Formats: sequence, structure tokens, C-alpha cells
Amino acid sequence: MNWNRFRQPDLILKLIGDLTEYKKQVKFMEVCGSHTMAIGHWGLRKLLPENIILISGPGCPVCVTPATIIDSLIKLKSVTITTFGDLMRVPGSHQNLEQARAQGCDIRIVFSPMDALKISQDRETIFIGLGFETTIPGIAFSIVNAAKNNNQNFSVLSLGKLIPPALDALLDDKDLKVDGLILPGHVSTIIGMMPYEFIPYKFGIGGVITGFEPLDIVLGVKTLIENLDHPRIMNEYSRVVRPEGNQIALDLISEVFEITHAQWRGIGEIPDSGLKIKSKYADFDAFRKYDIKTSDLEENPLCLCGNVLKGKILPPECPLFAKTCTPDYPIGPCMVSSEGSCAAYYKYER
Amino acid sequence: MCLAIPAIVVKKTHNDMGIVCLGGVEKEISLMFTPEVRIGDWVMLHTDFAIQIITEEDARETLAIFQEIPPADQREEKI
Repeated sequence: MNWNRFRQPDLILKLIGDLTEYKKQVKFMEVCGSHTMAIGHWGLRKLLPENIILISGPGCPVCVTPATIIDSLIKLKSVTITTFGDLMRVPGSHQNLEQARAQGCDIRIVFSPMDALKISQDRETIFIGLGFETTIPGIAFSIVNAAKNNNQNFSVLSLGKLIPPALDALLDDKDLKVDGLILPGHVSTIIGMMPYEFIPYKFGIGGVITGFEPLDIVLGVKTLIENLDHPRIMNEYSRVVRPEGNQIALDLISEVFEITHAQWRGIGEIPDSGLKIKSKYADFDAFRKYDIKTSDLEENPLCLCGNVLKGKILPPECPLFAKTCTPDYPIGPCMVSSEGSCAAYYKYER
Repeated sequence: MCLAIPAIVVKKTHNDMGIVCLGGVEKEISLMFTPEVRIGDWVMLHTDFAIQIITEEDARETLAIFQEIPPADQREEKI
């Protein structure tokens, strides 16, 4: 299979040409940070007719992780910390993980929780378990594996977050007016379609699950427009997303985690949107093992990441954007993560 | 963070592990979430876990929305 077929410019332009027949103004939110990056990368925001507006949503796990976690981790001098690379440059209150590493903390970038398991074979290791439903099954696997092998060196700082409760909270905000959602393809690979079904009933708008190729995204926009009068949850990513999701992955998540309230940086607490490690796996819970606390950190009052994550403003509307806040010197988390909205706009859309 | 990429399975090994080919590079990954996967199948790979098998037939059907393509029984190797 040649996946480049989903990048054919002639097909993309033909489809966008069809969309010009639609004249009303519509606003859709792309929930996932990877969609934000893909839309920027392929220039779709500029290619689409001006009346079709795409705004970015909260789907960047690094962006919504409270900054105080960084401060707490830096204090753990005697433990090896393993993390996905995106977190390294997120500002804490005094320094970031990259700066802490330069001062001697053992902080390592890994690509998978399985890499962290390997590191833990000969040293005490924390894996920073941040991510959405896409990433959480692999993190659950690492905990089950550590328990099975009685690997007391290994623990996970569970920062996993759930997308459907976040959408519920965002859409509840009357200031946010969107006509439809472009739903995250790989979160949906795990959870399927059912967890989104409340959206058309409760908020009267539809959602479309799409892939990350330009043709996927434009097809998603077309599908949303065609179904504006009959809002429902649709799946245009059937090559990867099954309606029921991935049951093995869902079972493993339930085995290890229980649902809890979670703090979303820039948004606040969202009920039932986080995951904590069940007490049967308490030995592998870094929060308990190292008594790590999170608290509110005073954010720079000029940083508008919160409003960007909630889809209320576009990144260029923030007074710091591309001035004092750049990828080299980020003030807020949306500029740090490679899939943060501000980073995407800085790179592709200014 | 939710980035996932297509990879083709070239070997199934022990304990739900396998080898995929990723742009010419072979990599060991976990197949525990896709136990029914067969050698030659495409999977969607995220943090070294195959999170789903990609169904090529569905991929072809999505592409077919955009263009005239041959009927199902004549589609082999066209895409």
C-alpha cells in the first residue's frame, strides 16, 4: 500500500474546490495537536475557503500538564527520570528538565515506556506517563510488566488524560461556538466511536474521526459540512478506527487505572478526565512512592495558552506570540510541544 | 504525542513481540494489542506498540470516494 495516495495534490485541490460551493461561515475545532500540525504542515488552513474556519483544541498532552510537575521532578535527584522528549523544555517555575539535566539530574528521553522498563533493570527509574488514550495502553503494559517481574525499580508518574470528558467541559462553555469537531484519529483507535455519542445529543453538533493525511482532513471537513443538519459521530478513518475501538487496550487500561479528576494546565480541573494507578499497583505509582504533589503554579498572566487550548483565540492573538514567546524561548506550553498550537502556528502559519 | 505511523509486520516473535519494517529500518515492537496480526499486515505504530491493524480495503474505499477507481474485484495492486 502506498500511503502517499492520501497526499495527492490534485485530489486535495479537487475536494477543496467542491467545498467552495458552501457559502455559510462554519467553525470546526480540530481537537488533536497532531491534526493541528498536519493542517499547518500541509497548508490546509490557507487552502480552505475563508468561510471554513478551523480552530485548534486541547489535544496536546504536554501543553495541558501542570507545570508544578516539572518542579517536583527536578527535586528527585537520586532517581533516573525517563520522559517523552516533548516535556524536556516545558518551563517549570525556575528551570525546565533540560536545564536540570545540564546540572546533573539523570533525565533521559525515551520513545516508549518499554525503553523506560529496560533502563529500570539496573537503576531506580520513573517514567513520566503523560498522554491521552492513544498512549495510555502502552503505559499500562509497562506497569503490568513491572508487577509481573516484581521490578521494584520501576514506577510511573500517571498523568494520563481522557479526551471525551475534556470535550464535554469545553463544549459546556457557552463562549465557545463551534459547528463540529474533527476528532482525534489515534485516540479513537483505542476508544472507538461510542464515547463521543453524547456530543450530538447534548450539544447538537457532529464530529468526524479522521486520519492525519491531508486528504483525510479535507474529507473530514467535507463530511462535517454535509452533515451539519444531521449532527452525529462519523468515522472517516475506518482503515484504522473500528467502531468498538481496541478492546484489548481498553481492558488493560481498566486493569491498571481508575478514573479521577484531573488538572488541565490553562483550563482547570475537569471531572473524570484523568487516570490514577489502582491501589493493587501502588508499588509502581510514583506519586505514592515519592510523595510527589502537584499544586497550582502562578502562570505568566500575559500567556494566553489557556484560551488557545479552549479554542477561544488563535495563537497570533496572544500578545506574547512570536515576540517574547518563541520555540527557542517559550513562555507557555503551547509553544514548547512540537504539536502545541502556538508552535504549529509559529512554524507554519505566520 | 498521538503521532502514529504505518509499519509493515515482517516477523512475529515471542511474548507478543514482533519486528516491523519502517521505511527500510527494522524495529522490534509490541504486538500485544493486535494479536491476530499476520506477517505482511500493516499496523499503526505508536510508542513501539501496534495499536491497530490497518485494513487496506478500507484505505482503498476512502480513496475511492475521491476518484473513479476500478470495482472491488479488479482493484488488486492498483493502489
